[in-house]
Amino acid sequence: MSTPVSTTGLPPAAFALAAHAVEATGVGKVFTTRAGAVTALEDVHLTIGAGEFVALIGPSGCGKSTLLRLIADLDTPTSGELTVFGRSPRAAREAQDYGIAFQQAGLLPWRSVRANIELPLELHGVGRSGRTVRSTELLELVGLTEFAGHFPHQLSGGMQQRVAIARSLAEQPSLLLMDEPFGALDEMTRERMQTELVRICAESRAAVVFVTHSIPEAVFLADRVVVMSPRPGRIAEVVPITLTRDAAGRDEDLREDATFFAAVTRVREALHGDGHVRAARGVDVR
Amino acid sequence: MTPAPERVRRGWVRPLRRLAVGVLAGLAAAAIWELYTLLGPDAGGHLFGASLLPRAEARSMPHVWDVVARMLAPESSATGAPSVAVAMLQACWFTLRVALAGWLAGVVAGFGLAIGMQRFRLAESAVFPWVVLSQTVPLIALAPLVVGWGGKIQVGDLVWERWMSVALIASYLAFFPVAVGALRGLQSPEQAHVELFRAQAASPWRTFRSLRLPASVPYVIPALRLAAATAVVGAIVAEVSTGTKGGIGRLIIAYAQAASGDPAKPWAAIVGAALLGLVAAGLVSLLSLGLGRYRHSEVS
Ligand SMILES: Nc1ncnc2c1ncn2[C@@H]1O[C@H](COP(=O)(O)OP(=O)(O)OP(=O)(O)O)[C@@H](O)[C@H]1O
Ligand SMILES: [Mg+2]
Repeated sequence: MSTPVSTTGLPPAAFALAAHAVEATGVGKVFTTRAGAVTALEDVHLTIGAGEFVALIGPSGCGKSTLLRLIADLDTPTSGELTVFGRSPRAAREAQDYGIAFQQAGLLPWRSVRANIELPLELHGVGRSGRTVRSTELLELVGLTEFAGHFPHQLSGGMQQRVAIARSLAEQPSLLLMDEPFGALDEMTRERMQTELVRICAESRAAVVFVTHSIPEAVFLADRVVVMSPRPGRIAEVVPITLTRDAAGRDEDLREDATFFAAVTRVREALHGDGHVRAARGVDVR
Repeated sequence: MTPAPERVRRGWVRPLRRLAVGVLAGLAAAAIWELYTLLGPDAGGHLFGASLLPRAEARSMPHVWDVVARMLAPESSATGAPSVAVAMLQACWFTLRVALAGWLAGVVAGFGLAIGMQRFRLAESAVFPWVVLSQTVPLIALAPLVVGWGGKIQVGDLVWERWMSVALIASYLAFFPVAVGALRGLQSPEQAHVELFRAQAASPWRTFRSLRLPASVPYVIPALRLAAATAVVGAIVAEVSTGTKGGIGRLIIAYAQAASGDPAKPWAAIVGAALLGLVAAGLVSLLSLGLGRYRHSEVS
């Protein structure tokens, strides 16, 4: 499970040239519905460097999924400018710069687990033997080797979600977009997948935009935690996370580390506090 | 890996069991029929002068065994006349082939229409009402027109034959369920799946082949079966209204004329027509045997 990035169709140079994986300037999104206009996002400024791990966190309805969908070119912003690896989201999508895992697994019920994981490879013309090699690696990674021939309806929700994660990783994308991918997992699998994800990202130097509702998860995974606030959805604060990490990624001890708890507290305050309360930050680090 | 024997068993046991249930249902229908001839009023049931129940005497409702016996007896008193059953089977074979041709044409047309309507929203709103409207035109009115047009067609060596008109009319009935079912099926993938393919920058053709087509299977299979039944009905009605010889439609008319002196004879033809519909639908079910994995309900 240590394949270099260069096995994807994209030469690393293609995105090494562009300094930033994602660059949003004043991005807004207004949905026009029958009931009226809904401002899902307003004036979002965010720059995500190549290889950087950014977690989006915030209360329900603050536009996290919407921001992810804009980056993925599944929706278009109504204002502002958004680029992905220096090009329009559309061009980035067509160049298959990113892998995506949605809130729901979204597996094709008529495909076996293995065939579901191989779908992106198949769509992009990877040969049968290449697909088998890659899907075998990924099956092992998500711990579903014995279930390769099963069909989605024979799996639990958490197992389905793991298949979806494996699928998003299939092409070793330079940008990973993940919308609460671990939400359906049990705590143990969740922690294992988190550790794996950190390792994969360190190895493949992929940038990640990771939506989550869990503060510890955001802190454990991310280089920066983007805290969002609702109505209208906007970025309230960006909390940089400086945890001591080694080249192999963050190990399990980190979860009990004091700096970890300090970071958790900072994110929690940013999430709950408004401006003036935040001034008192640092007073109570439990 | 999924154990292979299990899947094989699931593939074969279910159709066999359905066949057994079908046979049992046929026997039950025969038993009810007999029970009615036994217990029903010979003069029929009347309420305020309107006749509600059929007359239970042998002329209106011959015994099941009489019908069977009539089938085995010669068709007419002429020497060398085939038995009713043989004549019936020959006629069924003729009609089945014509209906099959009509079914095929209808499936191609219906699926083509569905693809067009799925692909282009405008086409859907423009074409769909006409698709529905097409089925309100009575077949009887259509038949002579088709025969008339057919008579004028001559492309090279191809001469328009009478059975082609019949097949065309059958296809006119058969395309409808296919168009409706396939359209629903092609539109059935959920938003998340469509977006998955969009995120992969899959071409419309790829999305069709790998997503919409497999997702449409649970909708298309019943539509194909329905189309087979309507193609048979269409072929029979078209045979009658175009005066085409050789098929079961013609046989029904001919035998019906003998009803007064030979009451079991028309029933033999009717049984034949019913069997024909079953066989046609059964043939389509065979088509779906290999498609089991596309047919369990959507999960995830
Ligand atoms: N297609 C749409 N049409 C209209 N309004 C929408 C649409 N999609 C999202 N919204 C609105 O935009 C806002 C943000 O939605 P979004 O799904 O991005 O929230 P979220 O932060 O992902 O929430 P959650 O944590 O519950 O997933 C919500 O108020 C929602 O009602
Ligand atoms: Mg969301």
